[in-house]
Amino acid sequence: MTVTYREALRDALRDALVRDPRVFLMGEDVGRYGGCFAVSMGLYEEFGPERVRDTPLSESAFVGAGIGAALGGLRPIVEVMTVNFSLLALDQILNNAATLLHMSGGQLNVPLVIRMTTGGGRQLAAQHSHSLEGWYAHIPGLRAVAPATLEDARGMLWTALEDPDPVLLFEHGGLYNLEGELAPDAGPVDIDRAAVRRAGTDLTVITYGGMLPKVMAAAEQLAGERISAEVVDLRTLRPLDDATFVGSVTRTHRALVVDEGWRSVGMSAEIAARVTEGAFYDLDAPVERLCTTEVPLPHPKHLEDAAIPQVDDVVAAARALVQGGPGDG
Amino acid sequence: MLRIRRFEEACAQLYTQTKIRGFLHLYIGEEAVAVGVLEGLLPEDAVVATYREHGHALIRGVPATAIMAEMYGKATGCSGGRGGSMHLFHAPTRFYGGNAIVAGGLPIAVGLALADAMQGRSVVTACFFGEGAVAEGEFHECMNLAALWHLPVLFCCENNLYAMGTALARSESETNLAVKAAAYEVPAWTVDGMDVLAVEEAARRAIDAVRNGGGPHFLELRTYRFRAHSMFDPERYRAKDEVEEWRHRDPLEVLWAVLESEGIADEAERDRAEEAAAAEVAEAVAFAEAAPWEPVETLERFVYSDESSVHDVLASSPLGPGGRRR
Repeated sequence: MTVTYREALRDALRDALVRDPRVFLMGEDVGRYGGCFAVSMGLYEEFGPERVRDTPLSESAFVGAGIGAALGGLRPIVEVMTVNFSLLALDQILNNAATLLHMSGGQLNVPLVIRMTTGGGRQLAAQHSHSLEGWYAHIPGLRAVAPATLEDARGMLWTALEDPDPVLLFEHGGLYNLEGELAPDAGPVDIDRAAVRRAGTDLTVITYGGMLPKVMAAAEQLAGERISAEVVDLRTLRPLDDATFVGSVTRTHRALVVDEGWRSVGMSAEIAARVTEGAFYDLDAPVERLCTTEVPLPHPKHLEDAAIPQVDDVVAAARALVQGGPGDG
Repeated sequence: MLRIRRFEEACAQLYTQTKIRGFLHLYIGEEAVAVGVLEGLLPEDAVVATYREHGHALIRGVPATAIMAEMYGKATGCSGGRGGSMHLFHAPTRFYGGNAIVAGGLPIAVGLALADAMQGRSVVTACFFGEGAVAEGEFHECMNLAALWHLPVLFCCENNLYAMGTALARSESETNLAVKAAAYEVPAWTVDGMDVLAVEEAARRAIDAVRNGGGPHFLELRTYRFRAHSMFDPERYRAKDEVEEWRHRDPLEVLWAVLESEGIADEAERDRAEEAAAAEVAEAVAFAEAAPWEPVETLERFVYSDESSVHDVLASSPLGPGGRRR
């Protein structure tokens, strides 16, 4: 069955609404409009305005209301249009969703799912394009997941809804039209483990989200140059499954981290540190990082493309790492 | 009211003895608000409060022993010692904080009410916050949302005239706070918060309306804290005369005058109430003193729920839990 990432997400939402009467969706334009990115198209007609609930543009209030509703026995899915807008609800996410369980001594867990888009590549300029999921991955008490494949787009939501704690689901805006085969019986997926998307022997490329298709394309190109790249898709940014990516690096001896976030103090820094901590004596070269240039994302296509890592950049970085590494030959 | 007063006086003393640490915000002078409102709630109702919530917790039925142990940070505190004075929680009595961000509890109250409404329960959520919260965007977002969705919330604004050290007129263009709520089509009243009978009457009327499908209601409770904002506050922003003037309207004395003049209570009864309060406080302090500290080994508990598989991932990391090297 051929579906898009958007359709896989919509099927996941429909499935959740059908399976559990406690589940409801709320956010800006999720209802009558059909979702800012058309993810929830048709669900308002199917489930009604109570369960597919349009909200005012009040991120802090409706994300906080999601926390309260979760405390009150429901299983809310809150959609925030982009990660940039989620900053307006950061107080609720950090000071309440992430901390209530701990502050209450284990009495109040918050079974809430917050969905939002992240990432650039669509010329939406600096206030709609950033990749801030690493910020959320910093916070104990939250779980942050990033579906990069159709299977994960279809299956992560249900697993997230079963989690007794708050889960943030980062959908990459550039993936919505991604199309491919998805099994008709595709179901919930694990949200604990990273996945090896391609096996290889010369280096490990560690990435997630919108960068995964680019990295896969780069790996294909590298194969033509007789460079065998293993690709690890993190899938979950918190908790980080370092067993998988550190394990991979101990086999390939080289690591390249590809992250659409900025380099400084970001996801890539954390991953590089963990590779170094966990596989230092297995490394044949320093861990390399390929990240978005440290500018607020510009509007013009050529500048945006130059800022965000592209397939050719991944190929070049991988080639340099493998050919120039001190352990080579 | 007397229970709150004596409990908090003990807290102040224990603070100076460094038995209680961290921030401590006392409610002394404002007791009529919590007592008057909570009197009208049923056990199934929910309560959301702020960091000045010891009195609310006590009246709601959280045991004084568990509150005091929480103040100390002991394991048998009502939040397991992890919250302290500002973060009292008690699931059995539906007491949801304890929020130390001034308007942070409002959206949660809206959500609790949404859950009740969506599940067809005839339950009220009472949300307490100070007038400082009215300057936050969340107040306005929540008035709008609660009114738009017709949710069963009673918003109780405890207007003690100072947002930390900033007087109302120095922080708000419109100092009539009921007007602000009314702008969102939320029925709103201003009540004398030093008169527990007036609070009780207004709250009961509002709670009935909320419970019977009347949507959100708002009470501005005009009150005054006799003490500083917190134990760290040198209180240079208000005149001693002003505090003295309000002390003449002490809610305990206001009520006592009524009880005495109506012949409802006599001195002996007041003595008995004092004795009971003193005994409750003494028991709470003894409990807290004797209570155990949580062992450091369990430091990382309650970051994620026990049944969450996050634990397995953290445990299986070659770097140890949280990526820390073993």
